[in-house]
Amino acid sequence: MNRIRLVDHLVLLLGVFVMVAPVVVAFMTSTHDAVDIHRNGLSFTWGGHFTETYNTVLTRKGGFTGDITGARMILNSLILGIGFAAGKIVLSMLAAYAIVYFRFRFGTLFFWMIFTTLLLPLEVRIVPSYEVMTKLGLTNTYTGLIVPLLASATGTFFFRQFFKSVPEELLEAARIDGAGPVKFFFDILVPLSRTMIAAIFIIMFVYGWNQYLWPTLMTTDERFFTLVRGIKQILLVWVGSNIPDYNEAFALAILAMLPPVMIVLIFQRWFIKGLTESDK
Amino acid sequence: MASIGIKDVSKIYNGGVTAVSAVNIDIADGEFIVLVGPSGCGKSTLLRMVAGLETISEGSVTIGDRVVNDVDPADRDIAMVFQNYALYPHMSVYDNLAYGLKNRRTPKAEIDARVAEAARMLELQPYLERKPRALSGGQRQRVAMGRAIVRKPSAFLFDEPLSNLDAKLRVSMRGEIKRLQRRVGTTSIYVTHDQLEAMTLADRLVVLSGGKIEQIGRPLEVYHRPATTFVASFIGSPAMNLVSGEVHGSKLALGPALIELGATVPTQGAVTVGLRAEDLRLHQGLDGSMPFRIDYVEELGAQRLVHGLVGDQPMVAALSAEIPLPETASLSIASFRLHFFDTASGRRIDWAGERAGAAATSTVEFVIS
Amino acid sequence: MKRVQFSSVYLPYLFIAPQMAIIFVFFYWPSVQAIQSSFYLEDPFGFGATFVGLSNYSDALGSVQYQAIARFTVVFTVLVTFLSLGIGMLLAVKADAVLKGSSTYKTLLIWVYAIAPPVAGLMGMMFFDQHIGPLVKFAALFGWDMKVGLNYNDTAIAMIIVSVWKQIPYNFIFILSGLQSIPVSVREAAAIDCRSGFRRFWTMTLPLLAPTAFFLLIINMTYALFDTFGVIDVMVKDKAANNPITLVYKVYMDGFRGNDLGGSSAQSVILMIVVFVLTIFQFRFIERRVHYN
Repeated sequence: MNRIRLVDHLVLLLGVFVMVAPVVVAFMTSTHDAVDIHRNGLSFTWGGHFTETYNTVLTRKGGFTGDITGARMILNSLILGIGFAAGKIVLSMLAAYAIVYFRFRFGTLFFWMIFTTLLLPLEVRIVPSYEVMTKLGLTNTYTGLIVPLLASATGTFFFRQFFKSVPEELLEAARIDGAGPVKFFFDILVPLSRTMIAAIFIIMFVYGWNQYLWPTLMTTDERFFTLVRGIKQILLVWVGSNIPDYNEAFALAILAMLPPVMIVLIFQRWFIKGLTESDK
Repeated sequence: MASIGIKDVSKIYNGGVTAVSAVNIDIADGEFIVLVGPSGCGKSTLLRMVAGLETISEGSVTIGDRVVNDVDPADRDIAMVFQNYALYPHMSVYDNLAYGLKNRRTPKAEIDARVAEAARMLELQPYLERKPRALSGGQRQRVAMGRAIVRKPSAFLFDEPLSNLDAKLRVSMRGEIKRLQRRVGTTSIYVTHDQLEAMTLADRLVVLSGGKIEQIGRPLEVYHRPATTFVASFIGSPAMNLVSGEVHGSKLALGPALIELGATVPTQGAVTVGLRAEDLRLHQGLDGSMPFRIDYVEELGAQRLVHGLVGDQPMVAALSAEIPLPETASLSIASFRLHFFDTASGRRIDWAGERAGAAATSTVEFVIS
Repeated sequence: MKRVQFSSVYLPYLFIAPQMAIIFVFFYWPSVQAIQSSFYLEDPFGFGATFVGLSNYSDALGSVQYQAIARFTVVFTVLVTFLSLGIGMLLAVKADAVLKGSSTYKTLLIWVYAIAPPVAGLMGMMFFDQHIGPLVKFAALFGWDMKVGLNYNDTAIAMIIVSVWKQIPYNFIFILSGLQSIPVSVREAAAIDCRSGFRRFWTMTLPLLAPTAFFLLIINMTYALFDTFGVIDVMVKDKAANNPITLVYKVYMDGFRGNDLGGSSAQSVILMIVVFVLTIFQFRFIERRVHYN
């Protein structure tokens, strides 16, 4: 019995090593200077250039036009992550409320039109989407960055499931208590959904923060670059140089993963709930 | 306070399924009416039509002197207690009680006074700041009651409010509901599938089956003179024995047994006969009129239920636990305790022979009430 | 939906309007455009378009290059799907089995989920770097001279490793929560009926996990097909010519680098059909999953 448990732990420790070690190495390496890395390779030990490297990455104006800093990219990522998550929650709660709690003409049609969006991810319609955005003049705007990503049903599907699980009697009791549709929504349904909202917010924030393809298409103006979108740019600069700035690349990678990772770790329970119950 | 009139009310769903058909009930001001029947009999649908949660397909519902068919539930001046209580989980007990009043723009002082009064009546004062999830089942039930009381409505509607409680709590809450209703004197409609609950709570019972009324009457009236075989088998525990028999001349034949009916007989020929288990007497040997083959016995403590066969028809007798069970036994019953039903329609057949019995039971009833 | 619903003349439309508006502009309009332009040959200089029927489709499907990319996409998808599902399941089963430290393992194993694919790709580039990459040095120990970014197969292997690494937590989370939702009483009954742990896993746990596993199968396939775009884009560093790419990447290349709108759209539509079929499967199983829970 004990031996079996030992094997279990060994397998798990190996798994943890494989998952965690690369990130630890990335972080540790980012605290060395570029020449050191070039000479000695990646490192498991603290290099002592932490403040210097991260200060440079956050504040130095870089890129081709020279007016984008790491801090600015973090800000853009936050705008995308929070804007996307908040927009998603508002839109999908309202839509799910209409679908679940109202009987209206074309209700079923709307329902199917919304759920069809689950069938086609953004990746398969990037070219025409880009064209539409150009026509609307939304390239290089926060609106263009955030709003088109909202055109999917993931959140709506989740809130629909949740609303359907709310006991019917609650609505009936509220109606007898004199609450109309708007009052019911704000007095009863929104407070009831608090944990759901938190869970969805976390999932959607991570999803928004990690967007890559869409920001790559939508933003050519570096002032709108997010950290994740900027990764590609880092590499392009890197290709030409003699001793690449490995340290800065790693530092940016660490910064790009830090907020979503922190959120997932801190709100682990809600995160898992949101993930397993919303089906992505 | 108000009377409630239910006139020719039907509920026909879109698919053409009729859940309630042409129901008529007149409920007097302050009366406690219980709608009872098996699941799917339409009792909840009927209640929900009175509440306004379900549209009325045909007929009309009157509360006071106002036809409320097209009135919003909030404006019908009713309050409802739900089976799962439907408390707002994110609100404190106080807010749960106050929510309906706030929505009606009741002045704050008045809300406070009414909530305090209801809390005192229901002994909820210590819990006013708690959330529903921090309450026990019985306390939640009380909050649900309180939510109805604070509104001072014309009518209380109860939708199986006790079925989520354990057996012991159910009995005590039953008493509490009855006491409370007496005290505030509000007209009440109460839905349940539990015939015992129906019997103990009701001023009058309405027995429903398949969307139709089988019988309306005071509890003992329904018990002693069930209008149909359905009511006979539904009200009372153990259920009334229903066996088929035949009347020839002045004698009733139940399988091998012959029972003398006396001067008047209900009918001639085939008939369904009802025998209450507690009306049966056990005899040693074949002294009684019906030879009884004992199959098995349920011991209930104070009494025992003896299951067996008369001829080839099953029969249950409720007997005192002290009577020894003989090898060969027979049963007898006073002929005026027999119930007769038309075999085809299941409707009760009145006959002069039961009058003596009816007189006896009405005396009993008088003593109880 | 609900037994009782509100009936209001304008409110539901008001509530659903924002979502519908966004879906119309950013989903239906582009999708219809994609289908439409897949039948046209667009002039690269913007002088209108000619209707060419299905020739964009036949061009794409007939091209040797497209077929090679499609083959790679299939291999890539299958390997990423099964490796990440297999490793995720192994870890989940072990994490479920150990009594001590289960939640610590869980925490340590899930957070890589939050790393964006291109960031994972960037880290992969470092670890497979010709000069400093420890994994290249590790491969060299076995006499394998890995040239990620130059050698087709080496790049493919690196891409698969990074993609699998990134997806393990997702599978781990779902399988672990699937395992933990198996009632204790069922486990106890199985423990009484079956002595061998392995057999118990095979005959009891796995069938109960089947709906979750099937759902994950589809999700992993969509992940490998689409979400790995970031990994690939970073790892091939714009030198797609002699490197392995997937079909989605080709759509992007043809549309934005090659300016072949019609061809790119036709490829989009082909992918749409693939996703459509996958999602129909997924829907049926989501419904069942929800139902069983």
